[in-house]
Amino acid sequence: MTELLLSLDQTSIFELLAPTSPGWGGNLLHGFINSIEIGVGAFALGLLIGMGGAHGKLYGGPVQRDLLQVYTTLIRAVPELVLILLVYFAVPDLINRLLETFGYGRIDVTGPVAGIVALGFVQGAYTTEVLRGAILAVPQGQIEAGRAFGMSPTMLMRRITLPAMLPFAIPGLANLWVSAFKSTALLAVVGFNELTLETRQAAGATKAYFTFFMAAGVLYLLLTLISNALIGRIEHWTRRGQPPVAESR
Amino acid sequence: MTHSPTTASENHRPIGWFEPHRIILIVIAITLVTAAAVFMRWDWLPDYYTLAVAGLWTSIWILIVTCVFGFVLALPLGLAQVTGPNWLSLPAKAFCTVIRGTPLLLQIWLLYYGVGSLFPQYPWVRESAFWPLVRQAWPYAVLALTLSFAGYVGEVMRGAFAGVPRGQLEAARAFGMSRWKVFRRVWLPQAIQTALPTLSGDTVLQLKSTPLVATITVVDLYAVALRVRQDTFVIYEPLLLLALTYMVLTGLLVWIFNRLEARIPVRVG
Repeated sequence: MTELLLSLDQTSIFELLAPTSPGWGGNLLHGFINSIEIGVGAFALGLLIGMGGAHGKLYGGPVQRDLLQVYTTLIRAVPELVLILLVYFAVPDLINRLLETFGYGRIDVTGPVAGIVALGFVQGAYTTEVLRGAILAVPQGQIEAGRAFGMSPTMLMRRITLPAMLPFAIPGLANLWVSAFKSTALLAVVGFNELTLETRQAAGATKAYFTFFMAAGVLYLLLTLISNALIGRIEHWTRRGQPPVAESR
Repeated sequence: MTHSPTTASENHRPIGWFEPHRIILIVIAITLVTAAAVFMRWDWLPDYYTLAVAGLWTSIWILIVTCVFGFVLALPLGLAQVTGPNWLSLPAKAFCTVIRGTPLLLQIWLLYYGVGSLFPQYPWVRESAFWPLVRQAWPYAVLALTLSFAGYVGEVMRGAFAGVPRGQLEAARAFGMSRWKVFRRVWLPQAIQTALPTLSGDTVLQLKSTPLVATITVVDLYAVALRVRQDTFVIYEPLLLLALTYMVLTGLLVWIFNRLEARIPVRVG
């Protein structure tokens, strides 16, 4: 054990993690912020796709419904890493080919945008299912009653469906947010400078692999725990006015 | 993945499988697949066939081994959180939280680069019988995936163990069963029964996590696809074939779990 501590002590942990230049803490924080940005962007894009998808699956025509079923089934059956590679290479390629056929020059679709699109596209499939389930969990009589009062679809959505489905959707969406944030680590594989890749570079430069990966783990864990706490409060707020449910635990 | 009991289409009207629009969609799908088979480059396939089969086998055995060991590890994790004293339940809870709160890729890299880099400093590790083992990549991959599966399933089993009615356990005790027998005959079977749909989902997630082992030089199916891309500069074809293979594997897993679930009698009220 003393040997282990000595080996860690060769350069002190605090020097390694210092935020300014000789330390690598600044790089880690930069990567952490990148990760959060990508995570938020992917989650937001997933939410947009999911709302459209859930609406289409429930109220769309038969063709739309089948196509959405194919989308959600395929996406959920293939590893995210493979999908990220496919989207990461295919989307910039497609955009540039389109631009070239219309006579514009190539644009460079940069890392963050491609990352957000890749992760958001995957998130969309899961979000679709979560929101579809949540809408179905709303007592359908409430929606019918709203319609019977002559509410327009937007007003129905704003006043009835959205508030009534939120308590059912929040736990699923919370899981998706955490998984979106954790999925940003996968972008390290395509060379995007988020937390995991920054960590690996710092570790490779200093040979203090254990220290840096532990530090990154703490950062990831902090964000997960903080968001869980916040989401708990949000869930409590969405359930206001409802009788307390018998929690499983 | 798991089938939902009601879908909107069932609410409206029964839809037969072969409606006109379905037939058109199927025709379009077949055309796309044929076009892909004819117009895309597949000439690399024979050269990499044996490697791909070996990679597929690696992916599958890693999945099976990590799921089995992970599940065995998850049982005490779940049980400790439900009945254990504080000094057992708190560490179990902390373990599940840490595993579920950090990315799997980071866990794999922490074990392989972090822990793996600590070993060679010690002469006694180099002299021990484990040295050939800790120099390879796959033990780290298996360990990381096992711990990850245990963390996720431990949380599932906690809920499942807690969900078994107390009366059942008390009745079993009243019959004079030993604690171990109560666990084996009453508690565990009922917990697994309720957890099975979630376990099915988690196993599929585990399958989809296996490509991460390619990042620490384990040659699984995904690594083979990357190798093809690097060697031949064919980008999309190997990835598409890879995606198709994972779809088939997912389908197989879901089918197996559905058959398991079908063996359990359910009463729908």
